[in-house]
Amino acid sequence: MSGLFTRLVDQQRKPCHFFVNGTACTARMGDTIMTALLTLNGHLRLTEFTGSPRAGFCLMGACQDCLVLQENGERLRACSTLLQENMRFVIPEQNR
Amino acid sequence: MRAPAPVIVGAGPAGMRAAQVLVQAGLRPVVIDEAPKPGGQIYRQQPDGFTRGARKLYGFEHSKASALHEAARQMIASGQIDYRPNTLVWDADDRQLYVTCDGKHDAVPYERVILATGATDRVLPFAGWTLPGVYTLGGAQIALKYQGCAIGKRIVLAGTGPLLYLVAYQYCKAGAQVSAVLDTSPFPTLRQGVQAFVADASLMAKGLYYMAWLRARGVSMMHGVAGFEADGVGRVESVRWRKNAASAMQILPCDALACGFGLRSENQLASLLGCNFVFDEQDCNWQPQVQPGGQSSRANVYLAGDGMRIGGADMAELTGRQCAYSVLQDLGIHCDKKQVAQLARRIARGRKTRQCIDRMFALPAHWMDAVDDTLMVCRCEEICAGEIRQMLRDDPHSGLNRMKALSRVGMGRCQGRMCVAGASMFLAQEQGIALSGVERLRNQPPVKPIPIGGAACKP
Repeated sequence: MSGLFTRLVDQQRKPCHFFVNGTACTARMGDTIMTALLTLNGHLRLTEFTGSPRAGFCLMGACQDCLVLQENGERLRACSTLLQENMRFVIPEQNR
Repeated sequence: MRAPAPVIVGAGPAGMRAAQVLVQAGLRPVVIDEAPKPGGQIYRQQPDGFTRGARKLYGFEHSKASALHEAARQMIASGQIDYRPNTLVWDADDRQLYVTCDGKHDAVPYERVILATGATDRVLPFAGWTLPGVYTLGGAQIALKYQGCAIGKRIVLAGTGPLLYLVAYQYCKAGAQVSAVLDTSPFPTLRQGVQAFVADASLMAKGLYYMAWLRARGVSMMHGVAGFEADGVGRVESVRWRKNAASAMQILPCDALACGFGLRSENQLASLLGCNFVFDEQDCNWQPQVQPGGQSSRANVYLAGDGMRIGGADMAELTGRQCAYSVLQDLGIHCDKKQVAQLARRIARGRKTRQCIDRMFALPAHWMDAVDDTLMVCRCEEICAGEIRQMLRDDPHSGLNRMKALSRVGMGRCQGRMCVAGASMFLAQEQGIALSGVERLRNQPPVKPIPIGGAACKP
């Protein structure tokens, strides 16, 4: 699946490495977790009740729609947390 | 003995200008802010490593943004304020604010607190609004301003408010493809235009400039749009919209939709502190009751900026300063009466401008009429209109808070921030009452999710 977000300007920053479901990925230093994930993937999580995909909504820490799971079981708010080297995320595949 | 310094919540234009007035009077206020750098949402600063200058980031407002950042930088560097970034205030009582920073809980005592907590987009639900690729207008703007990204490749902007045209302009300028702007408000009448020009000529000129610029680049702008929805499997693939209730849906292929219907105040802390709220017909929303200087119904709680009344960044700077003067007066500290009077005049003028803007970009009053049972009203708890109707059949006179308890609408992680506008309009419609007859959704701590951790939350 291709990403949702498109990088437009100011993208000549150092690379930052991370993992999604164990697969190595690369984004940029200064990316939020949301930017890093959504430039590669189409969603961040599946909802608890219907298993629908979600990819954030407000980008300002209000809607809590962008909570993303890490391998250690902790959730992070992807829109307001900057990506750090070697972070490890778990994103379940969409139900088709 | 000297009273402890006032505490300010929020480091946007209102909070920072309030801090500056207090510093000038010789106080050292505590400034608590959720963000890592000062500026608020409107003048949000990029993370380290980005290189675009203020002119690119903030457009016509670049000198205001730079001035605010510089004032904040000076106060922080010189230790004139006790600045606490990355810190969430998640509860408050008569004496203390309860905060979380980097997973650690703490309490900040206060005698007087200024709430400058800003605003988020006001959103209304539509079919497909939970699909990946649908964002708020403010969110779309942050993707660009904070990250240099667009929310998609072919983008539709929909809803109403000045932000529609500003975001469209900023996206096009950065090289994104804006497929269409769908405004639910009709094109302003000549009378409205003249009123707005008289109220604030430069603001109106900026608005006209954005629209003319977009038109010259062939961006299609529709006014008086009756409805729109997002469609797609697993993500946005198109937007369907119609000109009026009777006309057929038109389909616009796209991969992203940004939506918003003006702004709504973040006033949860005022609510937890027991401030009175009143329904405002112009804003179609409950607002904290304030005196002209920003004093709330609680003697030691003051409000400023968009968290008090939606007014925009310029008004936030003015009301932030005004509110700080009110604090100084209540502390018995001398302040320049001329300054205070001049501020009051500028704020009164700004309120008139806001009336014009609200008239031009009114909330679409009929948005929740005859909605389909399958419309998801609450994003967090995934509650559809049909489930609320079922609940209302058993409990037809339920208020909004009882509706929350029985249906879970507004009970999720966002605490109703994203659904309360739509849920209130829906309840008014189903019960055949005016929107002002729908009670205010009460707030609960924590105002945002916090890590529980090993320690007790309240130290």
